[in-house]
Amino acid sequence: MTTLDADELRRRTQDLLAAHPPAATDRTDFLKARFDAGLAWVHYPAGLGGLDAPRSLQPVVDAALAAAGAPDNDPRRIGIGLGMAAPTILGYGTDEQKRRFLRPLWVGEEVWCQLFSEPGAGSDLAALGTRAVRDGEDWVVDGQKVWTSSAHLARWAILIARTDPDQPKHRGISYFICDMTDPGVEVRPLRQITGEAEFNEVFLTGVRIPDSRRLGPVGEGWKVARTTLMNERVSIGGARIPREGGMIGPVARTWRARPELRTHDLHQRLLTLWVEAEVARLTGTRLRQQLVAGQPGPEGSGMKLAFARLNQEISGLEVELLGQEGLLYSEWTMRRPELVDFTGRDAGYRYLRSKGNSIEGGTSEVLLNIVAERVLGLPVEPRNDKDVAWKDLAR
Amino acid sequence: MTAPTEENQAPDLLYSEAEDDLRAAVRSLLADRCDAPTVLARVESDAPYDPQLWKALAADIGTAGLLVPEKLGGQGAGHREAAVVLEELGRSVAPAPYLTSAVVATETLLALAAQDRPVAGLLGDLATGRRIAVLAVPFSAAAPDAAQPAGVVAGAVEGMVTGVADAVTADVLLVPTTDGLYAVETGTAGVSVEPLVSLDLTRPLATVRLAKAAGTRLADGASAVSAVRRGLLAGAGLLASEQLGLAEWCLTETVRYTRERHQFNRPVGSFQSLKHRMAQLWLEVVSARAAARNAADALATGSPDTPLAVAVAQAYCSKVAVHAAEECIQLHGGIGMTWEHPAHLYLKRAKADSIAYGTAGHHREVIAELVELPAP
Repeated sequence: MTTLDADELRRRTQDLLAAHPPAATDRTDFLKARFDAGLAWVHYPAGLGGLDAPRSLQPVVDAALAAAGAPDNDPRRIGIGLGMAAPTILGYGTDEQKRRFLRPLWVGEEVWCQLFSEPGAGSDLAALGTRAVRDGEDWVVDGQKVWTSSAHLARWAILIARTDPDQPKHRGISYFICDMTDPGVEVRPLRQITGEAEFNEVFLTGVRIPDSRRLGPVGEGWKVARTTLMNERVSIGGARIPREGGMIGPVARTWRARPELRTHDLHQRLLTLWVEAEVARLTGTRLRQQLVAGQPGPEGSGMKLAFARLNQEISGLEVELLGQEGLLYSEWTMRRPELVDFTGRDAGYRYLRSKGNSIEGGTSEVLLNIVAERVLGLPVEPRNDKDVAWKDLAR
Repeated sequence: MTAPTEENQAPDLLYSEAEDDLRAAVRSLLADRCDAPTVLARVESDAPYDPQLWKALAADIGTAGLLVPEKLGGQGAGHREAAVVLEELGRSVAPAPYLTSAVVATETLLALAAQDRPVAGLLGDLATGRRIAVLAVPFSAAAPDAAQPAGVVAGAVEGMVTGVADAVTADVLLVPTTDGLYAVETGTAGVSVEPLVSLDLTRPLATVRLAKAAGTRLADGASAVSAVRRGLLAGAGLLASEQLGLAEWCLTETVRYTRERHQFNRPVGSFQSLKHRMAQLWLEVVSARAAARNAADALATGSPDTPLAVAVAQAYCSKVAVHAAEECIQLHGGIGMTWEHPAHLYLKRAKADSIAYGTAGHHREVIAELVELPAP
């Protein structure tokens, strides 16, 4: 048997490129061929887009394909599928589910969204009230979900719903794959403080989900969901940026280009934030070096906290620096963007959008609790909701 | 596996195995000889420094010569290793002239033509810990122009410098003068070192007076200025690691205490208002580590980014150390305010460190120039 080292992966990548020259191959066909060659995500099992190779070898394949001008699967467009649905399906799905869903997910033929948060279950997600009731071979789902990005584009959703209200909240949840084309699924745009609707509300009314689309055992959906959420936090905090690569970039460029806007007060605040942004960047670099060296640390939990605060403070300073122009806004027209672009928009947008950074994917307050309890080992808050049946909780 | 090129050019912000071993040796020594009651007792005595501790640290473990090449009698290691030693010294607020002698004075001498006999001889003595030298500039000086150069009359050094750290334990003073850099023995006629009452009890300051003191001229005016600049840059860069170690102790001790201390029938560390403050501090300590390692690595590799890396580390870590020490006192409640508890030693060291080798504000001004974000 051939050892799967970097050279072997380079060889297989060249074989793929030779059999399917990117210039002469349809984009989707090329991506399917790449998946079938096991070069999509090399750490996945053979037959499911991978080769059971170490995850650290993926950059070898990516670099060779990029150098040959091969198309990629536009990961930003299908981030929820790649970052959250796929690891969960891989971890808990049946063989049939893995074969059915992973290939079109990775290729980008089927977009995924996530039906977790509810109006009554935000930080306390496990208190969710969307019901799934067994009816023959199906589950019938009723409830309301919120903060669902890509719901209007999605073919499938990962969904958690309550299957046993008599159990304490963490124990009565099950995890499903929901067909977004079911007639009982209604998607409505949710307009945000920026004026646009990047997210949706999703109303589920008598949605029928076959039991064959359940992920993991009945009643163990919370455990399954934790896999999903862990992957979400990794993907939110993990990107590599160059110096002045984040939100500090635009404000530093404005400072250099527009001397008439400078004041002493803004100068001191700008320099303080510049230092903090640079240190946050170095902290991210160190975190990645730890991962590469096989010494993953708990630092990842902190990165999202740091970037949320920095984005908010920097964009706030930027609006102020602009003075009179800071009083204006580009447009309040309700739009439904396909992608969120944090730095490509004006300062006012950045200021408003970044308010969500300390809420989405775990509020900063919850993340501080997690750091305090899991990293520092501080005692948990006494709580009264763990052993009470969900139906008896205050709401 | 070959990592992407950009990642290869990035500074190495981790600790090597050799650095971990060095840390373990220093930590074990300090646990034996320099625990909090010992430090407290020492700083109240007339002899804040423990000569046996210095001998074990500097000579036996060999930390004094980390920056000095082997051919000059040192260990031929570098700033990354010295930074690890400083983390441990910061963690135990040890009264030891490591930063001043083994880093700043040593680096200043290394900047001079090290094959010259007086420089090489002195470096050899410092590297083995046999002698201690300090640069005779105020501890607050960030650059040579902040020094108070002494004068030279007929080959003898004349002048006064205030606020010199660790001068009371030094054998040799490196004195910037209008005629270049002089080495002056503290035992020489005409040299007086008068201890000051210092905010930081663990790193005493002194006023140095030189009245027709005989000295050895080590460098001319221009070489002296650049050598002193290099010494102070290394001092500022590695001070960040001392601040990191100090902040880490404050956080660890505060977490330990609030887990045990009960009020309202609960450990006080279970209250969110306290947990969030400690979690925030943890994030600052994690960030300070990246900044301090970046400065140490830049100094070690002679990166062209060194002045920026040092200024960023100082602008950030000073604040973190002070914040950690202040939180340590507040979250300890009444006991943290007592003389008996060591928290005050850390607060005083942290506050003094925030002024040493330039304040955070000074380093931000340096950054403004380096990255072209000019003042109005």
